Amino acid sequence: MEEQVLLTMRDITKTFPGVVALDHAQLTLRKGEVHALMGENGAGKSTIIKCLTGVYERDAGEVRMEGVEGSIYNHSTQEAQRIGIATVYQEVNLCPNLSIAENLFIGREPRTMIHTVDWKTMNRRAQKIMDNLEIHVDATATLETCSIAIQQMVAIARAVDMDCKLLILDEPTSSLDDKEVAKLFKLMRTLRDSGVGIVFVTHFLEQVYEVCDRITVMRNGQFVGEYSVSELPRVKLVAAMLGKDFDDLASIKPEGRVSVSDEVVLDAEHLSHKGTIKPFDFRIRKGEVVGVTGLLGSGRSEMVRCIYGADKAQSGTERMMGKTLKANSPIDSIKAGMGFLPDDRKADGCIGDLSVRENIILALQARDGMFKRIPRTKQAEMADHFIDLLQIKTASRETPLNQLSGGNQQKVILARWLCTHPDFLILDEPTRGIDIGTKTEFQKLVLQFAAEGMSIVFISSEIEEMLRTCTRMCVMRDGEKVGEIQGSMTQESVMSAIAGGEKK
Amino acid sequence: MNSLKKLTSKTLFLPLFCMILVLLINVIKSPDFFSIAVKNGVLYGRLVDILNRGSEIAILAVGQTLVVAVSAGTDISVGSVMSLSACGCCMLLAGYGVNSTTELAVPMIVGMLFGVLLGGVCGTFNGFLVSKLKIQPMVATLILFTAARAIGLLLCDNQITYIRYEPYKYLGNFIPGIPIPTAIFVTIAVIAVISLLLKKTSLGLYIQSVGINSRAARISGISSSKICFLCYLICGLCSGIAGIVASSRIYSADSNNIGLNYELDAILAVALGGNSLGGGKFNLAGSIIGAYTIQAITTTLLAMGVSTDQAPVIKAIIVVIIVVVQAPVFKAWMETRSARRLAARVAETTDEKEMAEK
Amino acid sequence: MKTEVRLPQIRRTMNSNSLLLLITIVLFIVMYALGCMIYADKGFSHVQTFLNLLITNAGLICVTCGMTCVMLTGGIDISVGSLIAMDCMILAYGMGVKGWPCIPLLIAVLLIGVVFGAVQGYLVGYMKIQPFIVTMAGMFFARGMTAVICTDQVSITQDANATFYAWANQKIYLPAFLGYTNSKGKLQIPYIRPAVIVALLVVVVIFLVLKYTKFGRSLYAVGGSESSAVMMGLNVRRTKMKAYVLSSLLCSIGGICYCLNTMSGSVQQARGFEMDAIASSVIGGTLLTGGVGNVIGSLFGVLITGTINTLVTTNGKLLSSWANIATAALLCFFIILQSVFAFLKNRNK
Repeated sequence: MEEQVLLTMRDITKTFPGVVALDHAQLTLRKGEVHALMGENGAGKSTIIKCLTGVYERDAGEVRMEGVEGSIYNHSTQEAQRIGIATVYQEVNLCPNLSIAENLFIGREPRTMIHTVDWKTMNRRAQKIMDNLEIHVDATATLETCSIAIQQMVAIARAVDMDCKLLILDEPTSSLDDKEVAKLFKLMRTLRDSGVGIVFVTHFLEQVYEVCDRITVMRNGQFVGEYSVSELPRVKLVAAMLGKDFDDLASIKPEGRVSVSDEVVLDAEHLSHKGTIKPFDFRIRKGEVVGVTGLLGSGRSEMVRCIYGADKAQSGTERMMGKTLKANSPIDSIKAGMGFLPDDRKADGCIGDLSVRENIILALQARDGMFKRIPRTKQAEMADHFIDLLQIKTASRETPLNQLSGGNQQKVILARWLCTHPDFLILDEPTRGIDIGTKTEFQKLVLQFAAEGMSIVFISSEIEEMLRTCTRMCVMRDGEKVGEIQGSMTQESVMSAIAGGEKK
Repeated sequence: MNSLKKLTSKTLFLPLFCMILVLLINVIKSPDFFSIAVKNGVLYGRLVDILNRGSEIAILAVGQTLVVAVSAGTDISVGSVMSLSACGCCMLLAGYGVNSTTELAVPMIVGMLFGVLLGGVCGTFNGFLVSKLKIQPMVATLILFTAARAIGLLLCDNQITYIRYEPYKYLGNFIPGIPIPTAIFVTIAVIAVISLLLKKTSLGLYIQSVGINSRAARISGISSSKICFLCYLICGLCSGIAGIVASSRIYSADSNNIGLNYELDAILAVALGGNSLGGGKFNLAGSIIGAYTIQAITTTLLAMGVSTDQAPVIKAIIVVIIVVVQAPVFKAWMETRSARRLAARVAETTDEKEMAEK
Repeated sequence: MKTEVRLPQIRRTMNSNSLLLLITIVLFIVMYALGCMIYADKGFSHVQTFLNLLITNAGLICVTCGMTCVMLTGGIDISVGSLIAMDCMILAYGMGVKGWPCIPLLIAVLLIGVVFGAVQGYLVGYMKIQPFIVTMAGMFFARGMTAVICTDQVSITQDANATFYAWANQKIYLPAFLGYTNSKGKLQIPYIRPAVIVALLVVVVIFLVLKYTKFGRSLYAVGGSESSAVMMGLNVRRTKMKAYVLSSLLCSIGGICYCLNTMSGSVQQARGFEMDAIASSVIGGTLLTGGVGNVIGSLFGVLITGTINTLVTTNGKLLSSWANIATAALLCFFIILQSVFAFLKNRNK
């Protein structure tokens, strides 16, 4: 097929206060191809897409599209739609209470002579669109009665019907099951064959190799490279995403490990949560640091949330220090001696308007109960202790948490758990979005706590970090625990475990 | 400029500012505003009157503050619940269907406790709907907003029940020998209990955590729905107490008029107190100052010849002004405006410089 | 496994929303039939009793239609009762005390409704303030303004305004075969009043607006998912504002119908009316979370609340507050039902 360039984005730069989100990023899309956009969290995938669709305005750079004069500068999603750029997001942006036909046509309904909505024409045209795309549904059905996959496809159909030349699919598959994904891919191939350019953002490697033609990899807001799918083996893709040149992967040895005792702290069997994680077993011993690795969306967060009871497990049993634990809600796990530092700091961790002191003592106070209030002097003492120990940079212990930088907020939340002296601490991406110095501090702390007998689960996108700290790693892929690695772990072995499938 | 900004950002700035403004207007209009006299062994004066009459609003504001903080919604049933608890209390004291009594059917304290208990039951109902069934607070409390008053009417057999028993009047008026209105003591007691609860237990911390970020609070081991439920229960109990005080003032249970329009006053007190109606951090002292400010406004309006029926017009306008000023949209608008003005000023000065250079 | 397969099928043919409406209609029929059985001796089964239901509730029907529109967007309007009181007071005071002609007054009332709604709508739509707070302020404002106009009860007599009086007492007779012979052997032909025609017209018009206009569909879209509506290029803020304008306008029309029944204005009038309107709308299948509901359901909702009132008054011995309690209980029941349905829906996902 003749390669005709549909869209070029060159030298796109976008800064937010204090952060360079995009640094001379680029993206080239040809007509009739499915193009995967890949990268870990914070790589700048969504930012570059938002710059294209007009959600953000870029600071610098050039966007050219076939059939449009000059450099494109979209100010709103509507503007982008007008020149044929449509986006379908992970959460379906449709109205669940309306029929499929209405969702396809709302805002541009066919009208009758007296300017009223022409339902007959609308339903007929909607049915035709759905039939053409080989989606077998009744166009008059209410959207919420349809499966998420169908809803996702209706969103795509809406975009296609609005004469889109370029379709952006932003993680559309994360809430779909295998069958539904297959349906979606079929639709994507149909569209590709009709000449639509598709940008496909996903975390699932399998899917990339199944449906995509080309891959653009991004890291830290920068363009890493553009590859043809057939030329790029999985391990190399993972290496590109995680920023390791495959050739000089030096194996990093864990530094001075303390021997682990045989006492089992937590023993979980067949835990699962419908829709997010398939049944898994997990066991950790006293003083052990276990890593959970896998790409984002592979189920690593979901696994620990399930262990902790943040998402109530729907099957299986859990035993903590030999005693059966029914973790209906987090407080049960806290009382049993668990701590959990969630990955979404803003939504699940910070209580922004409260002071550093209050944030630090929160979990301990919750464990002790309402009537055993920790005396104010004791609170201050503890807060000062941890501000000192973790070197939290704050104006005072009474400063509201949301005035601190991300890394320091993270330390405060870590302090919240250290307060409770947990036997078992889960750290879900504790180092995300914080500077390199703090990262090293975190790693040191983890090792120190483990030496003191604490069992720790450590999750990180950076394999290097985990190699330094962990004695063992659970490997997750597509919502399932696929194995464990032990003994001599190298970046290479971990990466190929993450990538799975074919080995080269 | 900077110091002004610092001053306005203090938590108690808004309530104190409003309070002082209202008092100033009063002083200008009637110079004898602050004078307090002793007549018949009790204190008289406008200030005493405001403190006395403001008791119910202050008690309601205490409960309402907690509800607003924890659920970002308001309990609009407080006025009706007041009326219900007053009716329940009088009904028990006088006996069902008795129009007027000088003899009590049960000890006074039992009747009063029953009234407060009714308030608690209403609070439980509201709390259940909001915390367990996750119904929007205002819709949930709308049910009792109408029903409570109607149930009160039923309890009193559709008439006004009078309790012509001297000690019953004490709570809303004076205890012989004490020159200060009893309602003030009741208010102080309620405020003391709640602030002790907030100070001595970690309830305050829990409420604020749930109000600010209920997901994070849950992860940290706080049961969000239990705390939410508790706040509605406290709010119901406060309404009950306020209802008894209001009933004691007129030594009767006038179901149609007790607590009428008080829900607006209570919400207004919370907003005037500098608390965001969006929930989160709260300041009890602010709400209480707000409550007395509102009573001062009401008293002032009455003194100016505005009837009780007409007063809501002014209060409604104040509510709208406060919520508009608090609204994020308005704040953002103001910020862009001041930024633009600053930019214009910078441009001007550079222009001037260039002119000067030329 | 089997149930898992079958459940969605059942839901497709009979989804929870139409189920709610069905419950409402069945409830009305059962209630009315019960009334006919219990109070047969008091003429409950006559056609006229049913028509009286429409006559007394003509105002409520209009108001509920407006309320449904607002609730479709996920909002609520609790200012309606007070607005009716204000409208009635303007009409009564204007005609009864000042002796002004009725047509300009009616137009003025409608205009006031539009302005009142526009202010509320602006605050909700553009300033993004909680609808409940805004309309509560509106509720107190309108009630207070009623007292500002006049604190006494004012009536409209025949001398004051003959035209309005004639409208109020106009009987529009239905075909004679629907009539019955009363105990004195005289044929009673059932009739309705002009307000009923206005109310039914409102129902039909709003039904068509909701079903066939872009504005109507936008109301559903906004209620279904506000963020999606924005993404799909609808003007959410304007749609919301229009909803509140429509609600207040319909409320003013309802106020006129109400005034035709009462022929008076007072500060205490139509207290708790907002509750009746919200209850009727919710009972009629409108979801509090927005996006679901229609005026046919609302009409049945009004008929149910009306029947409750009629039952209580027909009984004669029950206190009038029983009607309030029954309405509140019914509202509570339907709110809980909705939340149970929502819970089930989420769980099935």
